[in-house]
Amino acid sequence: MRVVNKGQIDRSRPIGFSFDGRNHVGFAGDTLASALLANGQRLVGRSFKYHRPRGLWSAGSEEPNALVTARQIPNQRATMLELYDGLAAESQNRWPSLRWDVLSINDAFAPFLGAGFYYKTFMWPRAFWEGLYEPLIRRAAGLGKLPRSHDTGRYEKAYAFCDLLVVGAGPAGLMAALVAGRAGANVIVADEDARMGGRLNAETIQIDGQPGDQWAAGILAELASLPNVRLMPRTTVTGAYDGGTYGALERVGHHVAAPGADLPLECFWRIVARRCILAAGAIERGIAFANNDRPGIMAASAVRAYLNRWGVAAGRSVAVWGNNDDAWRTAQDLAAAGVRVAAMLDSRADPARAKGPHDFPVFTGTQVVGSRGRHGLEGLQIRDPKGTRMLACDCLAVSGGWNPTLHLSCHMNDRPVWREDIAGFVPKPGAVPGMSVVGAANGTMDTTACLAEGARAAQDCLKDLGMAGVDVDLPQADDGRFDISPLWVVAGQGRAWLDFQNDVTVKDVQQAARENFASVEHMKRYTTQGMAPDQGKNSNMAALAVLADATGRGIPETGTTTYRPPFVPVAIAAMGAGGRGKGFAPERFMTSHLPTVERGAPMIEAGLWYRPSYFPRPGETTWQQSCDREVRAVRTAVGVADVSTLGKIDIQGPDAAAFLDFVYINRFSTLKPGRVRYGLMLREDGHVLDDGTTARLAPDHFVMTTTTAAAGLVMRHLEFVHQALCPQFDVRFISVTEQWAQFAIAGPKSRDLLNSLLETPLSESAFGFMHCGEVRLPGLTARLFRISFSGEHAYELAVPARYGEALFRDLCARAETMGGCAYGMEALNVLRIEKGFITHAEIHGRVTAFDIGLQGLMAQKDCIGRAAAQRPGLLGAEREQMVGLMPVDPLQAISAGAFVFAQGASAQRDNAQGYVTSVCWSVTLSSHLGLGFLRDGRARYGQELRLVDHLCGVDTVVRVVDPVFFDKEGTRARG
Amino acid sequence: MVSLIAKHALSGQAPLALQDLHFQIEDLGPITSIAPFNGQESALNAVLEAGHGLRFPVPNTSTQQAVAKLLWSGRGQAFLVGVAPDARLAAHAAVTDQSDGWVTLGLEGARAEAVLARLVAVDLRLTACPVGASLRAQVQHIPALIHRAAPQVFHIMVMRSFGQSAWHEVSEAMRGVAAR
Repeated sequence: MRVVNKGQIDRSRPIGFSFDGRNHVGFAGDTLASALLANGQRLVGRSFKYHRPRGLWSAGSEEPNALVTARQIPNQRATMLELYDGLAAESQNRWPSLRWDVLSINDAFAPFLGAGFYYKTFMWPRAFWEGLYEPLIRRAAGLGKLPRSHDTGRYEKAYAFCDLLVVGAGPAGLMAALVAGRAGANVIVADEDARMGGRLNAETIQIDGQPGDQWAAGILAELASLPNVRLMPRTTVTGAYDGGTYGALERVGHHVAAPGADLPLECFWRIVARRCILAAGAIERGIAFANNDRPGIMAASAVRAYLNRWGVAAGRSVAVWGNNDDAWRTAQDLAAAGVRVAAMLDSRADPARAKGPHDFPVFTGTQVVGSRGRHGLEGLQIRDPKGTRMLACDCLAVSGGWNPTLHLSCHMNDRPVWREDIAGFVPKPGAVPGMSVVGAANGTMDTTACLAEGARAAQDCLKDLGMAGVDVDLPQADDGRFDISPLWVVAGQGRAWLDFQNDVTVKDVQQAARENFASVEHMKRYTTQGMAPDQGKNSNMAALAVLADATGRGIPETGTTTYRPPFVPVAIAAMGAGGRGKGFAPERFMTSHLPTVERGAPMIEAGLWYRPSYFPRPGETTWQQSCDREVRAVRTAVGVADVSTLGKIDIQGPDAAAFLDFVYINRFSTLKPGRVRYGLMLREDGHVLDDGTTARLAPDHFVMTTTTAAAGLVMRHLEFVHQALCPQFDVRFISVTEQWAQFAIAGPKSRDLLNSLLETPLSESAFGFMHCGEVRLPGLTARLFRISFSGEHAYELAVPARYGEALFRDLCARAETMGGCAYGMEALNVLRIEKGFITHAEIHGRVTAFDIGLQGLMAQKDCIGRAAAQRPGLLGAEREQMVGLMPVDPLQAISAGAFVFAQGASAQRDNAQGYVTSVCWSVTLSSHLGLGFLRDGRARYGQELRLVDHLCGVDTVVRVVDPVFFDKEGTRARG
Repeated sequence: MVSLIAKHALSGQAPLALQDLHFQIEDLGPITSIAPFNGQESALNAVLEAGHGLRFPVPNTSTQQAVAKLLWSGRGQAFLVGVAPDARLAAHAAVTDQSDGWVTLGLEGARAEAVLARLVAVDLRLTACPVGASLRAQVQHIPALIHRAAPQVFHIMVMRSFGQSAWHEVSEAMRGVAAR
């Protein structure tokens, strides 16, 4: 319930929300947790395994119990979910309702369901694990449910850079930011809370005579006014990575009532910081005792936070129990606010802090040994030197001490060090390069010292950054000492809970130790302690203290498990932001894209490019019909295809020819200007990298074409060769792929088509096969190459890309007028298979020039891959060599990927003699055709072999033939 | 005979204005890549000075004279934009016409830096990326040349075929930033 005159909420702005369908009202500034507590909702969730009723434990991101689903997003911590109008939250892991949950029956079977139970229980029969047991267990145990629909929420990722990243805006972080900000450093302050100030917002501490939250507000106002300081509230730094890079998750739209379609829900930041100050504070831990998980049993600091920040009393009658002085602040604050304090219990025998007078009953040397109340705390069983008795109360505020929030300091694999005086681990100095840790995160437990430490760390950072420091008055706070006498577990009957989120008890950890899972890492995996979304933030310390006790070692020797990023759960959607839909990969469009799509061509991806598969015409019902028509058009009339996607590399310089001689196996220095030559290039290991034609435009000016697939690869290769192997060569190259739109015009009527377009018609003698040069189109100069990938008399015409679309439309119209048409990738593939031309289906990375029958191109000169290509085993009959394959029955389809066997041999791997790389139906030859590789293939023309594709169900006989099926003499291309 | 119609890769794309953010296609005029040959840097600079009043830029920067700019565009390479290249340059450098190979998108506004911070993994704060800076980076997955033309104006150059994807990425990032 609300307490008058307390809290930083805006009571003039009520906010309606619902929980499990019941309507409630909270106020602006509330979290779902504080509003639920204010509305008397103590039961907020069911536990993971035993479906135990659970209530709020904390007020921060470490919350293990209050996980809810809102806007179809499961596992949101109610403590971090800011209230907005219309928020409809649902509890999780219960059926049919939170109060009456059928699976709470699990709790009755707890004796059988302890740590490792499924490892032991579900061993037999083995096959049942995956099909039966695991699905059952997963259904019974669990967190929230993912919706079945696609996540339509918008997520974002972003990059930021700064001199100093301050993680946490509590007293230490604010002082650090103030010093660095005033000194002019570029500062980012990230804090996971919506309201910066850290514990100052949750305590009644005074700083320089001012309430802590007001002091923080003043500092924040100054920081906000500095142009060099960026405040990032609602931003959790999730991980520390190499090179001063930090991951951070910003909640952007979760708290907005009507976020709209464009507002991201979350933004995942990659922050590169020259220095980092970790001031993430500390997390209060509990003390394990029997049934310590009842709703109403909370961290003492959370009870203070709900009271001081949100004006909510966590109970009508609150007992406070601690092993340190800090816990007493809880009783004091509650009493001052008029909330009944049932008792202040201190486990220490005679703490100085107990000296009165006090406004509440005080019991020292007292432990809580049990509790009652199924759906909410009703009373405690307490034990002091005089005996055991009951204490009526509906809330227990527990403090077992504080664990510094040092997680980020361990993300580069360093382990923290133990500090006896605070009974906690603190970061190892220098654990993350460039990061210093201050304040409670560093084990500094009084506010005055935290403020000083933050300021000092910032001064040190400024010095490291080469910046002048500034003088800042160090404020004084009025909080006192933090004397702690460790108490982890109270011995007794009943289950004492360590990990609320994964339902791990003290007994589970002890059992792990008994079964020799004595290493902390083994214990974690055996019991699942620390594995849940809270990653053991609440339970790790107590669990390892129990383990230390059970194994007879000290806590420092037992050590902690590894802390890994992320510090809080991060939605995959946030990490993958920008990758949905069209963000997955860019699309590269040719200049002819629009007219191509307009003609109804289905587009296929070639790398990032989109190319037409075929151009359907009315009446054609299958792609094969369109493809056949296009092939016939090229063989009998003229076809037009956009080949702009092939890589074009402009190569210039006095050593350009020498450079090409070095990267190609054949010679280019002898190529005359105005001529084109086919070239093959190898990798350094002697295998084929790519092929293509290169034109010599001028003595020291070439244009190389590459395959579409390998355009980037070849460019990278050329850069490597030039920079690393022959930097003395005076040669420069740059991609001109995008500068030129280039179209193949192929077929017997190709010259006629061109001549209808060119200002000066071509004659056969003036522009023979493998010629190139500039030609004039109306109003512009184009490049013309007489090359052919179809085996026909063909040209490639290149114009500046701005004219590409117009030229394509024009060429198509002319071709159609002449009885031809545009052709797509399917027809292009058939045409080249008929001619035995290779693509990357053949030069797939494991073949040599010898394998594809192009060994003869290798000129008497050095080139990349030459030596390696001569190695034994890469030349000779033992190689699988490229051959043509024709089914004996020409109508029998064959498949790429099929294997070839001797007839009569069984179709199994060790009998394979070769494989098929490309197939097509050749309308020209009225037969299915295939290209493939066959052991000693060139010597086996005429042989009949068995072709088997187990996947496609093909088993037929093929004849081995020359891979050039059509026009072996090449007269058509030259004619 | 009729001549061919020239068409931009993003022909018909209307500018996008969201609050103070403005996004549009830029026409930089001719774009020519200039890559000096071995030992030709000073001779090239002499021609650049005489012909264009420009010097070859050091990495990640540009030089400017009126509408002519020389944008560093990679190792030993810069793009001359805004003017046709002096013919004498070809004696000292590989000169290649790139006018049709690139699409330039202009992003302007106080939060232009914030928009690009969603897409570009490079420090674009004024201190690290001052006016005139010219650097190669990816815009999401798209290779780009990014030039800071003014404190609040970025020119994003991408290869022509990526134009539509680049427009999509930047405009989506704009929407996200504007919605905050």
